[in-house]
Amino acid sequence: MTKTNAAGKTRRQIYEDRLRRRSMLIAGGSTLAVFLAVVILVPMAPGWDRVKASFFNWEVFAKTFPKLLEAFKLDVAIFLWSAPAIVILGLLVALARDTRNPALFPLRILGAAYTDIFRGVPVVLTVYLIGFGIPGLGLPRPWNSPYIWGSLALILTYSAYVAEIFRSGIESVHKSQRSAAQSLGLSDADSMRYVILPQAIRRVIPAQMNMFIALQKDVALLSFIGPVEIFRQAGVFKSLLANFTPYVGAAVIFLAVTIPATRYADYLMAKQNRERS
Amino acid sequence: MAKIILKGVEKRFGDNTVCDGIDLAVEEGQMVCLIGASGAGKSTLLRCINLLETIEDGEILLDGEDISLPGLNPQPVRRRIGMVFQSYNLFPHMTAAENVMLAPRRVYKKSRAALRPEITELFKRFGLADRMDHYPDQLSGGQQQRVAIVRALAMKPEVMLFDEITSALDPQLVGEVLDVLRLLKDSGMTMVLATHEMGFAREAADKVCFLKDGKVIEEGAPSALFDTPKHPDTQAFLARALK
Repeated sequence: MTKTNAAGKTRRQIYEDRLRRRSMLIAGGSTLAVFLAVVILVPMAPGWDRVKASFFNWEVFAKTFPKLLEAFKLDVAIFLWSAPAIVILGLLVALARDTRNPALFPLRILGAAYTDIFRGVPVVLTVYLIGFGIPGLGLPRPWNSPYIWGSLALILTYSAYVAEIFRSGIESVHKSQRSAAQSLGLSDADSMRYVILPQAIRRVIPAQMNMFIALQKDVALLSFIGPVEIFRQAGVFKSLLANFTPYVGAAVIFLAVTIPATRYADYLMAKQNRERS
Repeated sequence: MAKIILKGVEKRFGDNTVCDGIDLAVEEGQMVCLIGASGAGKSTLLRCINLLETIEDGEILLDGEDISLPGLNPQPVRRRIGMVFQSYNLFPHMTAAENVMLAPRRVYKKSRAALRPEITELFKRFGLADRMDHYPDQLSGGQQQRVAIVRALAMKPEVMLFDEITSALDPQLVGEVLDVLRLLKDSGMTMVLATHEMGFAREAADKVCFLKDGKVIEEGAPSALFDTPKHPDTQAFLARALK
């Protein structure tokens, strides 16, 4: 029989309560100390007043924010038509790289070369090369639109990454699953489609979500070849008003989208890890 | 003629010879148990019969037809030979019923509606009537293994191969799976088992083969092999296994 105090707690519970209170006190104290240091020390920097005026000007922020939000719709639109294309192309490349059919060997090589090249070049360079290069062929309207070729640059780059993630998912499905499917007389294509892929895709959803969060941010790179999306719009305001606050406004808008999405991906990842252990 | 005939089957993984000239005949409706230590080649032999592994030399005949012919399309053969694995290998993203219906749907092009009565019957027969719409992770090991057996049977195979199907089960769940095997044997199914269940092999098998280092060392009726083993290796193995 364990001794209990008036509240009916065991020695162990009392000890753990004390530990918990202590660690909460320390965590709260250190957070407060860091916060105060930032609030007090940063404004003491010699250039603070200038930085404050040009980056954190409330008036400019309030005036430009609605227009920035409007421009962000274009970022979202580019994301929305690129993302499905990336999923499809990424999946096709992953399957091409895993094919064992000798007739499709060229596809395997092409798939490998493709992922190597597009993962090896900075996204902004691909956007430049495709976004300026292809319309430079003298294509008629609307085929010289930077929207098309800029989106294509993003699609090609991100499909390479997404393909590799799909491939890692396919390879993570235990080979006994393939054996079981084959032993039932299923064809290789059916084994892949009904047994391997559904499991593989489920496993890589959190990783793919992180890729698509990165894609939403990289849409801003299209500003370099013309489209007036949010980053470009912020640049226009910066020149007009001689103030950097619109960039801060743009950052706030990106964060409003990416932080919830990132948290959700982390949640999914943690949930999956729990299920598998 | 025997349902399955193995003639001098050889299987190597690199320098490692796993099946070293195995001869075996399985008559229609017979239950043959393969016994022997882990690594003796029992599982690999079953995988070769189901064409999950290709053999280096020898022949495998099903109803007299050489199914080990290089270049032969394995899929029609696998439909005639069901296989159940030690680790169940159910598809975790599908319910028990979907697991069972997948192959008949895809291979025989039957609809779910057409299959449902038929497989409900199978589930009932193996005591799983109320588990059809459960996912594998909602089932006990014994139930999962019985679903795996039902899944193989739904293809209406002529032969069933069982690869140590009770080895991953808790001891109290082994019985329910062995009962299913007895049921199948009574229905006349031709069966080949790799097993460590010596009591079951002795009681239910028509023939027992002792394998060591990829060779059949001794085979015979269970009473003869278990009570009066002739080969010293068989005697040594049984002395350890039956202790």
